[in-house]
Amino acid sequence: MDIHEYQAKELLSNFGVPIPRGIVAYTPDQAVYCAREIGGTRWVIKAQIHSGGRGQAGGVRIATSEHEVHAAAADLLGRRLVTKQTGPQGKLVQRLYIEAAVPIAKELYIGFVLDRRAERICVVATPEGGMEIEEIAAQSPDTLLRVVIEPAVGMQAFQARELCFGLGLDAAQIPDATRAVIGAYRAFRDLDATMVEINPLAVTADGRVLALDAKMTFDDNALFRRPNVRELRDYTEEDPREADASKFGLNYVGLDGQIGCIVNGAGLAMATMDMIKLAGAEPANFLDVGGGASPERVAAAFRLVLSDPRVKVVLVNIFAGINRCDWIAQGVVQAARDQRISVPIIARLAGTNVDEGRRILSESGLKITTADSLADAARKAVDALDAAPRHAAGTAGADASMEATR
Amino acid sequence: MSILVDQQTKIILQGFTGDKATFHAKEMIAYGTAIVGGVTPGKGGTTHLGLPVFNTVKDAVRATGATASGIFVPGPFTADAIMEAADGGIRLAVAITDGIPAQDMMRVKRYLRRYPREKRTTLIGPNCAGIISPGKAMIGIMPGQIYRRGRVGVVTRSGTLGYEAAAQMAALGIGITTSVGIGGDPINGSSFLDILQLFEQDQETDAVLMIGEIGGPQEAEAAAWVKSHMSKPVVGYVAGLSAPTGRRMGHAGAIISAFGDSAAEKAEIMRDSGLAVATSPSELGATMQRVLADTAAAAGTARPGTTQ
Repeated sequence: MDIHEYQAKELLSNFGVPIPRGIVAYTPDQAVYCAREIGGTRWVIKAQIHSGGRGQAGGVRIATSEHEVHAAAADLLGRRLVTKQTGPQGKLVQRLYIEAAVPIAKELYIGFVLDRRAERICVVATPEGGMEIEEIAAQSPDTLLRVVIEPAVGMQAFQARELCFGLGLDAAQIPDATRAVIGAYRAFRDLDATMVEINPLAVTADGRVLALDAKMTFDDNALFRRPNVRELRDYTEEDPREADASKFGLNYVGLDGQIGCIVNGAGLAMATMDMIKLAGAEPANFLDVGGGASPERVAAAFRLVLSDPRVKVVLVNIFAGINRCDWIAQGVVQAARDQRISVPIIARLAGTNVDEGRRILSESGLKITTADSLADAARKAVDALDAAPRHAAGTAGADASMEATR
Repeated sequence: MSILVDQQTKIILQGFTGDKATFHAKEMIAYGTAIVGGVTPGKGGTTHLGLPVFNTVKDAVRATGATASGIFVPGPFTADAIMEAADGGIRLAVAITDGIPAQDMMRVKRYLRRYPREKRTTLIGPNCAGIISPGKAMIGIMPGQIYRRGRVGVVTRSGTLGYEAAAQMAALGIGITTSVGIGGDPINGSSFLDILQLFEQDQETDAVLMIGEIGGPQEAEAAAWVKSHMSKPVVGYVAGLSAPTGRRMGHAGAIISAFGDSAAEKAEIMRDSGLAVATSPSELGATMQRVLADTAAAAGTARPGTTQ
């Protein structure tokens, strides 16, 4: 789960990481009021969306008067900001973070990740802050400092000190910087983060250490024990279909193709997508119905997949272990009837109670094409797509399939 | 032989009296697995499915002599259950559950290293389908009837792709010594490499099928080991060719976030390391069949891998 910059800063600040004074604004008038509250004569107006690269995309502005604050806020709010992470459709700016602008002497990078190779929390730091870490790693890999943290005892002060001296900080700044590093580590550990990035961690012209930008990502599996993190979830930043899916215990990722997929198991779901691609078409989605899928959950999966108007064919691929083919088949039949699905459905069932599942499909009287294998299913799905009318109009292919069955 | 489990392995289930464990315990027992009891704290002294229930793993081990455990407790309590198994003398813990916090797994792995190597618990999973030695025993949730006994080892992150592979091979008359699901989490108990080492030593295993997916360094590590140490042929496959960067594909660990994480890159590394890489998920069985035939031809012997 991702959160906004201002939320990350507030969390980090609770762990002793120094941040500039800042307030969230939802309207240009509020932005001016915030600037007044913060005081001073220079402010930064920052678009709050879940994406990196906001600065390069024009989502961060400097203002030196209340008039400029108002103008910048009016310009940013309601705009779709396109960064290199958002895709061409961009993300809608609905809130701003107004901060006191500080004169910067030095920009450092510090990031905490759960390193899969070491199976530990690792800190990566470099004195070349301000850029994306991928760029730094590519351009000047020698400047990267790396510290691995022993999980039994946690990060020690000496490790943070070594890191801060390694970043070339002056002796006078070491205590503050060390406190910031240890604070960020504790926030990572205590809030079950999977990533904490402070970029830049700045040294100001007057020698203070401040986190000027912050990003945190959290472990979905640990949200059950982090209610204060869970409540920061901003559903408007997520694909509404993916948010919907999680309510039904489904795992959905929207893609760009025309063949909708309903599969059990993440690996088989990815393999099914791969088969579709190899057969010459593109998958419309990744969807894992999970273990113990009930007919209701299968019906929800159909609704979700068909809410994408690009979907012209649905491929169901179930290899039941913990699932049961008869339940899945009931779900397919129920969905096909209740939702009057008219796009072609290709179903491949295998594993637990497969004969019962196939019987339910064949006795339903519905036009469901069955397939014997993964390859057979992908081929039939692509054939069905080729046979579908090119200029299918309307949503969920309802009109299209009327034509197809005429 | 087979690896990790056979019909002699005495097994307990943690979270024994829960719905999922009960359903799968029946399947495992019907398969011939030596389930000797289970643990549900607070229900010690009762019986379930005609087997004794214990309050603690230590009690269960003392009374039954169990050496392996299948862990079915919910995600928030799984780390605790694994550590209890390790402390209670269980040598093989198979954690089926998904939804375990990554930092819990980090602590679990650190905890397991407290024990000297000869007493250390082997952890399989979490978030996996378990282990099956066809015709002998299974600790997990797989449909046992699709597996054919034979001479190919299977190691896979995905459960359902493991079933797919077993079915494809069975259709070609190729059987399995043991199939191990190592799970889809970013931090897991045993890696591809750990399991490949066991298959390399197993006299009944002639070849290995390794099914990876996007995300993480384990496929590449294993491929490097195959190149330098493995005498048996290995067939590889990596799921997620069409997966976009930076999106989590169901499994917590299935995300392309670093160089070498993508399916294409991993398949390339496997190929460079001398693995026979299946070009599509429908070619898992056929690729293994070809590799077995080539190996047999080279050795001038009868075709291995089939059931006798």
